[in-house]
Amino acid sequence: MSKRKKITVKSISTNILVYFILILFILPFLWMILASFKTQQQILDTSNLFGFTPNFDNYISVFTKYAFMDFIVNSFLIAVASTFLGLILGLPAAYAIAKYKQNGLGLLILIARIVPGISFLIPWFIIFSRLELIDTYTALTLSHTLVTMPFIIWVMIPFFESMPGELEESARIDGCTTTGAFLRVILPISGPGMITSSILAFIFSWNNFMFSLILAGEKTKTLPIAVFNFLSYSEINWGGLMAASVIITLPVLVIALIMQRFIIAGLTGGAVKG
Amino acid sequence: MLYWIDKNVKWIYPLPAVLFVGLMMIFPIGYTFWLSFHEWSMSNITPPLWVTLDNYMSLFKDELFRESLWITFYFTVVAVGVQTVLGILLALLMNKHIIGKGLVKTLFLLPMIATPVAVGLVWVLIYEPNVGVANIFLQALGLPVQEWLASPDLVIPSLILIDVWEWTPMIALIVLAGLVSLPKDPYEAAIVDGASGLQIFWNITLPLLKPAIYSAVLLRLIDALKTFDIIYATTQGGPGTSSQTLNIYGYVLGFQYFQIGKASALLMVFFAIVLSLSILVISLRKKAGASL
Repeated sequence: MSKRKKITVKSISTNILVYFILILFILPFLWMILASFKTQQQILDTSNLFGFTPNFDNYISVFTKYAFMDFIVNSFLIAVASTFLGLILGLPAAYAIAKYKQNGLGLLILIARIVPGISFLIPWFIIFSRLELIDTYTALTLSHTLVTMPFIIWVMIPFFESMPGELEESARIDGCTTTGAFLRVILPISGPGMITSSILAFIFSWNNFMFSLILAGEKTKTLPIAVFNFLSYSEINWGGLMAASVIITLPVLVIALIMQRFIIAGLTGGAVKG
Repeated sequence: MLYWIDKNVKWIYPLPAVLFVGLMMIFPIGYTFWLSFHEWSMSNITPPLWVTLDNYMSLFKDELFRESLWITFYFTVVAVGVQTVLGILLALLMNKHIIGKGLVKTLFLLPMIATPVAVGLVWVLIYEPNVGVANIFLQALGLPVQEWLASPDLVIPSLILIDVWEWTPMIALIVLAGLVSLPKDPYEAAIVDGASGLQIFWNITLPLLKPAIYSAVLLRLIDALKTFDIIYATTQGGPGTSSQTLNIYGYVLGFQYFQIGKASALLMVFFAIVLSLSILVISLRKKAGASL
């Protein structure tokens, strides 16, 4: 009761310290946004860091000169498709692992999360080349699903475990099969878990760089690759680079701000329960 | 049919996921293992040539390989060590009465969910020797300016700083969640016994937090060992080879020099390191009382 009233010197200084650390962590984002509104000349002039009139030229040129809209569409389509495929493959698996305590399979999925992606990159390149699937949505979606699916399973196992068993039992008494109960009773009330895992799966696919680096081509180039390619121009166009970085980060930031509770739960959930 | 599915749900439900992992991961790793015993340059004309252990031999004689092994461990151990300590301290701070705690937690999420390539490029600008804010900051403090990512000696510490910035919040959030769920009784008993704040932290809080801390460190160790995006986006292993981790060296060997056999041998060694480290940490966690 009296806890809320106690505003001590100590609690004030704790607050100040936490906010100071927070500002340190946010600073690179502010820097990115600031630079994206500067001209190249303003960025190179270090004597005046904050006194400038913001202009949108970098954003305009990113979309008109470099076809960024295409890359955004590519990234979005692949992230949605691989999240969807991850859900289709992952939800039944997570349910079976949670319900029948299939710890061995759980471990297999953990290994899929642990193995360095690069250890199968060469075979992927060879196989997808032979199948003439390089630079196709199919290859990129399949590769990204290897990221999204283990993640979805990992988030969903504790979610399914915490679900009361009576729900399914009463569905069975009403004449449902296990599959019927899963589809008609379990999945419809799994909304929060599915939202959490889908958002995180989407973000991880959206952020993926390594798989797209070898499997994407001109037609299917994703945003991270396009942004990275900015570096290879002879003189670095800092403003354009930062505008592109803002564009790629913005959707993720917005999702995080809206869905913060779900994201914290998803990112740290498995670990805490551990 | 439906009845049969119903009887075997236990196996049929995970089957598509297991097949997918087998086809997309296990089989390709086996393929890499097979390639590691062959000499091949990815051409269609000449088939892979069986060379027994030649690739592994040339790997262990390769100075660049030993260097990349060292860089990988240096980066991983220092980065994870620093962020674990800072993360626990940050969690202890955030466990106090913080105004707008929800928003603070959300904003701390940003470094770890932002696209790594974009994060890397922003830090390239921050570290830029002439116009970067890192040197402007040093100058304001009256300290000598640095070359940061362009200096062979400083490049790994600079990369570690990025990793610490990116991942300290995750450790903090995991430990914070652990702190919130701690039981109250041991603390009341300790206060009655007149224990000091530091004693309480060492003897009660830290042991109780062990499972959460182990989980966080496990995740971070594995991911830090595999760091690719940030390093490739900022330095591509340079200057020279001074930030070339196993991950980057494997990529360079395979996709720039097309030394498929040697690259595969390196990747198998890398795979073995990551896997054995994971097994080690998982068993440590089990000892600490975690279930998986």
